[in-house]
Amino acid sequence: MNTVIFRTAAPLIVATMLVFSVYVCLRGHNEPGGGFIGGLIAAASIAVFGMASGVPAVRRALKVDPLAIAGFGVLLAGFAGLASLFIHAPFMTSIWMYLHLGETVVPLSTPMFFDIGVYCVVFGTLSAVALALESDEEEDL
Amino acid sequence: MTELPQAMIETATSAADWVLVLPIVLALMGAAALLVVRRSNGVPMLGAVLVIVGIIACEISLLLRVVSEGPLSMTMGKWLPPFGISLTADLLGAAFALAAAVVTLIVVLYAEIDRDGNDSGDGFHSMVLLLLAGVTGSFLTGDLFNLYVWFEVMLIASFGLIVSGGTPLQLDGAVKYGFLNFLATTLFLLALGLTYGLLGTLNMADIIRVAPEANRAAITGIAALLLLAFGMKAAAFPLNAWLPASYHTPSAAVSALFAGLLTKVGAYALLRSQVALLPDSRDLLEPVLAVLAIATLVIAPLGAIAETQLRRAIGFFVIGGIGAILAGLSMPNVIGIAGAGIYIFHAILAMTALYMVVGLVEVRTGARDTRQMGGLYAASAPLSILFFVLILAVAGVPPFLGFWPKLLLLEAGVMDAELGWVGTAMVVALVLNAILTLIAGTRLWAHIFWRNGPEGSPGSSEPMALVPPTPKVRMAFTVVGALVLGVVLLGLWPNPMIEVGQRAAADIIDPGRYIEAVGLAGGAS
Repeated sequence: MNTVIFRTAAPLIVATMLVFSVYVCLRGHNEPGGGFIGGLIAAASIAVFGMASGVPAVRRALKVDPLAIAGFGVLLAGFAGLASLFIHAPFMTSIWMYLHLGETVVPLSTPMFFDIGVYCVVFGTLSAVALALESDEEEDL
Repeated sequence: MTELPQAMIETATSAADWVLVLPIVLALMGAAALLVVRRSNGVPMLGAVLVIVGIIACEISLLLRVVSEGPLSMTMGKWLPPFGISLTADLLGAAFALAAAVVTLIVVLYAEIDRDGNDSGDGFHSMVLLLLAGVTGSFLTGDLFNLYVWFEVMLIASFGLIVSGGTPLQLDGAVKYGFLNFLATTLFLLALGLTYGLLGTLNMADIIRVAPEANRAAITGIAALLLLAFGMKAAAFPLNAWLPASYHTPSAAVSALFAGLLTKVGAYALLRSQVALLPDSRDLLEPVLAVLAIATLVIAPLGAIAETQLRRAIGFFVIGGIGAILAGLSMPNVIGIAGAGIYIFHAILAMTALYMVVGLVEVRTGARDTRQMGGLYAASAPLSILFFVLILAVAGVPPFLGFWPKLLLLEAGVMDAELGWVGTAMVVALVLNAILTLIAGTRLWAHIFWRNGPEGSPGSSEPMALVPPTPKVRMAFTVVGALVLGVVLLGLWPNPMIEVGQRAAADIIDPGRYIEAVGLAGGAS
């Protein structure tokens, strides 16, 4: 697997996939996509990176433990649900805010933060699994 | 433009209603937060304790509110039920959720004896909180599919807990545990698909409303499938083989948590699905339930008598308790259901405590098989007293906690003439179970505590040499002692518990208040 071509192309593939995963995650509210599929794409890119340059390099590049990212995702999703406490609505009620930036309108909402949380959970969990499978030595997850 | 029916809840939700959601959300988010900080020394344990104390506070206020105002419901995302997912707490669910959180707190403190002080980042506390989230969610949900989701959450957490440590024995136990539980959840999912196809709803309150109009044969098939799935979860005979094969493999703290919570969720789901949701089908299945109850009641303590491995023997007591709950299910009057409900409450507290005491016995003697134990009474009297009290409580000897639900069950069997042979058979089986459990328990007591030394040792009067207690063992002993004290006090003053149990049972049998709380009473769907 570890050919020169693959090692040279891998960073490009990884970068493209990561950007695309964010795009897929954000368009997910009204179109095909969403946090789950976005997180899968991002985790796949991490797996590719791991194959090309080895697990220690990926861990250095990630800086944060993948499982901690997953935990952060659940926290973010939880807070997105808790936000409806302040509008006297049941748990998980969506709140929308429209940001007017000149010509365009950017819709911000609690479901978006929930989706970003899902993205982090899927990305973190599957990256942890992929890195554990790819690494040669016994490692302490 | 035609007027569309209203789909959203228009009234404001009071912040006080959040006591219903917070126990689950706190547990889930606590688990996530502890996953992030899992490598920092001491933080996960402290964090878990704080989160569980918060959950207990929410659940106490939830229970008080349900006692005074009746069932409480909140439907997620402002959607009207049955379209949104409802969380609904009635007395039964709220009381069980509180008991579950209390024993989890005790187990987290107790678990320190197995842990060497520096958290190796194995995520133990995180998974305990995840398990608590699953259990609490199961007790508080008002939606069958949501119940399935919480079952899965519990399953994930329990897999993590049962293999942590990674000895071959544990993996062996985990495979048996995992395979049968996967099968059970798959059957549950199958039943859910059929329910949705038949009734068009999975909201529990809505099912109660529409089930009587559905095809009786089909709905009974669903009830039978649910009985099979939940029976497997609850380890009722003949689907109990996985429990004694797996519960002794993880650490004592994890065993205690499983014994106290997991099978009880299965039993609660049986109670909810058979009696509250599909009572007509339950009537058709009554002979099956009765036979299962009798078989579980009688066979489980026989297993305990035959077993020498201490924790496996205790596992059979857990199964015997499930038999008592099934006995309540086959006698669906207020007293019988109250007996089953209070028995679940009792079992959550007593079975957890029993496993923890057994864990202490194992730590002090350094053995896991009763044949290698003996003379513990002379060496450690307090430990023997805790064990003895719990055995009496489990067997149902007055005035301990286990006596009261069994008394209610006997009363239900004797008083209700409509039950016919089922009532009589239940009374006989319950008494037989109590006697056999007592024999098994006293046999364990005699082997571990009473005889002079391990099997084959000469009859010397020297007390057995024990592993000296470390400060952690002392602390574990204190928290278990506190739990046992709670069990004893509840047994001595059972009146509030019995009254709450009977009111909970009345709500299960006549779910009018439950349906009203969810907001479906108008029938405007």
